[in-house]
Amino acid sequence: MAEAAIRAGCRAYFGYPITPQNEILEYMAAHMPTAGGAFIQAESEVAAINMCYGASAAGVRTMTSSSSPGISLKMEGISYLAAADLPCVIINVARGGPGLGNIAPAQGDYFQATKGGGHGDYRMIVLGPATIAEAIELVMLAFDLADKYRTPVMVLSDGMLGQMMEPVAFADPVDPTSLLDKSWALTGAEGRGPNAITSFAMDPKDLSQINRNRQTRYQQIEKNEVRCRETETSDATIIVVAHGTVARIARTAIKMARSQGIKLGLLQPITLWPFPSAPLRTLASGVSTVLTVEMSAGQMVEDVRLAVADRADTPFYGELGGLVPTPQDILREVKRNVSQH
Amino acid sequence: MSANTENMVRVFERPRSLTDAQFSYCPGCHHGIVARIIAQTIDELGIQDRTIIVAPVGCSVSMYEWFRCDGIQASHGRACAVATGIKRVNPDLIVFTYQGDGDLAAIGTAESIHAANRGENITVIFINNQIYGMTGGQMAPTTLIGQWATSCPDGRNARLAGYPIRFAEMIAQLDAPVYVTRQALYDQKRIMAASRAIKKAFQCQIEGKGYSLVEILTNCPTNWRMSPVETNSHLMNKVINTFPLGDLVDRG
Repeated sequence: MAEAAIRAGCRAYFGYPITPQNEILEYMAAHMPTAGGAFIQAESEVAAINMCYGASAAGVRTMTSSSSPGISLKMEGISYLAAADLPCVIINVARGGPGLGNIAPAQGDYFQATKGGGHGDYRMIVLGPATIAEAIELVMLAFDLADKYRTPVMVLSDGMLGQMMEPVAFADPVDPTSLLDKSWALTGAEGRGPNAITSFAMDPKDLSQINRNRQTRYQQIEKNEVRCRETETSDATIIVVAHGTVARIARTAIKMARSQGIKLGLLQPITLWPFPSAPLRTLASGVSTVLTVEMSAGQMVEDVRLAVADRADTPFYGELGGLVPTPQDILREVKRNVSQH
Repeated sequence: MSANTENMVRVFERPRSLTDAQFSYCPGCHHGIVARIIAQTIDELGIQDRTIIVAPVGCSVSMYEWFRCDGIQASHGRACAVATGIKRVNPDLIVFTYQGDGDLAAIGTAESIHAANRGENITVIFINNQIYGMTGGQMAPTTLIGQWATSCPDGRNARLAGYPIRFAEMIAQLDAPVYVTRQALYDQKRIMAASRAIKKAFQCQIEGKGYSLVEILTNCPTNWRMSPVETNSHLMNKVINTFPLGDLVDRG
């Protein structure tokens, strides 16, 4: 993911050590200087996200990464990035929580990532990779979306992906100098009026207008950027909805189910926000059951139920505290729900 | 008698780096003097077109509107981290933060110390008025022992609230900073000295020498509940006993 970021033209990385994402920090320490970029091991996650705020304001593609407790600390900064319309990529290699929790893979940060987390009326694009290949593809996409919509973008990964090795093919690197044409950036008021980057608007009428304009941009994102991956859905009678690592495990469960005559399919949301409600709604009309599987007590399932409404049953199966469901676990839950029909 | 303006020499004018916008400070507040000194310094050093203002949360939250320079508003306490991010990706820019005692020495202690410790090539202007002005007069980390504030209505009690933090002295303990000084504005002589200190701090950055901090003892007539004249006497007779003036580090 760190290499993908550098190839995407990222030239400023600021982070703080936390397991299980130290590899990103260490890779950036080794490779960002040779790429001609800025690297700092910051004094805290709070400082790191605010360094990103500064570097992004100066017009450079910027990234930070952390894991769940550290992401909580970054939430203030993410709210300010959103409010100041600054692009930035944030990787969360999520772990078990709440609190210190543990360092095992978990998906309990879904609400925090997709429903706010920081204060105020903002949205953040959230991308959920299930494999390393997807992760590098989505990291590169994250930089493009961040610049296009001038918004922070989170790649919500987990401790499984963060500690895994897989062969991947990288895309060609982007020339960072081709990305610097940002007329709003702080480059010095030479031959032009001053640029100001701020999240502050004292007059409620002003703030209301600024927020409405931003909401219009969010509507554009919802219209243009919804992404999901369907597996074996064309003839499915039951659908699993799962993101990230669980989606990968569910693909194995599909093979097992189909060998036993159960027509199981998968919808993997790639954009967790904007959530792929429309494709899911279409699928749900043709099946009896939409089973949501998460490594949490049930967070994404709320978006699933909003999308599906009464078109199908919407049971939930979750593992908590850093436990990872096996394909057998998912198949067991599928069978339990099929047998009820 | 008609004035012959042709032969007149202009000896005082609004610094070119200031816009026509009015400052939003209370009457008698020293903030305005500092803003003017900074603008004059920017003019004298010819750096208006490459200076970036990092504005804090507090009375100076929108100070970027008063300067013909690019500016950014930082979240409370994080100005030094924001300045670090800007400076590291574009070292040709002249980046300064302008922070109050709450911003720099309470909520932003970590960011302030570590930027200094890394020797970031930035300039920090630290406004120490011993109180939270914008929020209505609460105790600051620099509030004097016995000083009244809305959140220490019986005066600051060291046993409950500790002692005023001498931040410049703390920064002076570090190896990296090149210029650390404490100045005041309570009379003309001090204003001239503060002007020289601010200019020197910016020069350190222009010459690539590294981190500088100019702490300035200022007033808050509104929340100290004193007249502006009384605040100057208070600074001269009392505040400087806790916060002695002068250079603490000069490796410039």
